[in-house]
Amino acid sequence: MTAWLGTDTFIEIIYLIATALFIFALVWMRTPATARRGVRAGEIGMLLAIGGTLLNHNIIEYKWIAIALVLGSIIGVPLGMVHMTAVPQRTALSHAFGAFCVTLVGTAEFYLRAPAVPPFMMSVLSMEVILGALTFTGSLMAAGKLQEILPQRPITYKGQNLVNLLLLAVAIGIAAYLVHDPSRVHLFPLMLIIPLIFGVLMIIPIGGADMPTVISLLNSYAGLSAAAMGFVLDSKLLIIAGALDGASGLILSVNMSRAMNRSFSNVLFGAFGQEAIAGATAQQARPVRSATAEEAAAILGAASKVIIVPGYGMAVAQAQHKVRELYDALSKRGVDVKFAIHPVAGRMPGHMNVLLAEADIPYDKLLDMEEVNDEFPQADVALVIGANDVTNPAARNETSSPIYGMPILDVDKARTVMVIKRSMSPGFAGIDNPLYYLDKTLMLFGDAKSFVNSIVHELAGGHN
Amino acid sequence: MKMDLLTSLYVFMLAAFIGFEVIRQISPLLHTPLMSLTNALDAIAVVGAILLTGEHRSTLSTILGALAIVAATSNVVGGFLITDRMLKMFKSSSPKK
Repeated sequence: MTAWLGTDTFIEIIYLIATALFIFALVWMRTPATARRGVRAGEIGMLLAIGGTLLNHNIIEYKWIAIALVLGSIIGVPLGMVHMTAVPQRTALSHAFGAFCVTLVGTAEFYLRAPAVPPFMMSVLSMEVILGALTFTGSLMAAGKLQEILPQRPITYKGQNLVNLLLLAVAIGIAAYLVHDPSRVHLFPLMLIIPLIFGVLMIIPIGGADMPTVISLLNSYAGLSAAAMGFVLDSKLLIIAGALDGASGLILSVNMSRAMNRSFSNVLFGAFGQEAIAGATAQQARPVRSATAEEAAAILGAASKVIIVPGYGMAVAQAQHKVRELYDALSKRGVDVKFAIHPVAGRMPGHMNVLLAEADIPYDKLLDMEEVNDEFPQADVALVIGANDVTNPAARNETSSPIYGMPILDVDKARTVMVIKRSMSPGFAGIDNPLYYLDKTLMLFGDAKSFVNSIVHELAGGHN
Repeated sequence: MKMDLLTSLYVFMLAAFIGFEVIRQISPLLHTPLMSLTNALDAIAVVGAILLTGEHRSTLSTILGALAIVAATSNVVGGFLITDRMLKMFKSSSPKK
């Protein structure tokens, strides 16, 4: 009986069930109402798969497995409990961990099989190791930049892309040579080290505004490397999980690159961040209209429809809870308040939604770009908090602008535009925003959190 | 062996198609939790690491395998935990009565 439990057929059936549960997990992620059920399905699938694997008769030593499982869980709990503002860097870090795992297994498998590795096996092994290694260091770099341990400014130099592509070409060349002659075992470490360096170099030119695309792309790479590992180990479960993750990352990357008006090949080759420099134009002092919190509160309080446009500045200032107070104060007065979320607002896909949900703002008030752009002409006020480029009307008609063609939120179609901003200095990309000089635009100078707080205060005072 | 490879390629292709179709329908609202969920699911690589460690075929493979288990398990635990924490926060303004 117990012997039967450990048979390959039994374990494969468990894997089959786990695979189905994984697919259901993603199907249930479709809407917030069923999404938590999706997490449960994923958890059960994972427990089944791990439990089934432990039954395998080929396992002769459980000690190290047990120690590693416990240690991993101990590390995992704090990583699951990070503050919501730290989610982008946590995500990048977990891509690094996933890729680390895949790379280690690939390395071990190579040395166990060498020098006689069949060509197909060697091809997928190389793919697993190259993708895994570059995703590992790339994700660590991304996490470091997001955590601000590393400088966030993009670092660029002449011929950067050429150097990077050459490095990658050398790694692939070594892989091809190993496929041809796997007995050259001493070449393997080189095939490991070059992608590790490539991963670092790939992220060096990336600025903060490009992070949503980069994280999605690294997500996709992590999935593909896991799928390659599935080919190496002949595990359908792993192939499917990796393919699902790879597909998910790919879709998000395409979404992000569209939202930034970058071609997909541009994204695939990691050639981000160069346009940011081109955008720094000579700035002339043009008059802007500014307003105090009191004036802003009066206009907001008299409005019937307000659309709030949050950006990364809101996250940096930790202003989401104050924004929620503003939402409450205005809703109480019968003002219709909605939120306009640009796909690349923040540092990863969906970043703003999570922060606003954390502040208890109902998710049906959070509208994505396509839904909300028709509503701006009816809005009395569009309140921009810490967003810049995604509201820049130059993207619509100024062909010379570096962000020309990028889909934007039509903030300038609202009757009045208010922009909370620390100063007139241009945003991260260094591009001047003509929105600020419109007659209908009021600049609210100050820190997002304290300014929103002052508005809330004024609204409360005026009401009583 | 040849047949196995071909079957695996079919499996990969079909799974990628399912992935594209299913994930395309997920609202941008949930893209952050989606990424942490797929990350946790991706950590299924832990099964490969477990076998590698348990089979104890060489000292190197056991050490690398155990490290791989640690990395993947932390993704499993952390990934599911944070996904659920995020999803718990998403509330509708019209509670069902």
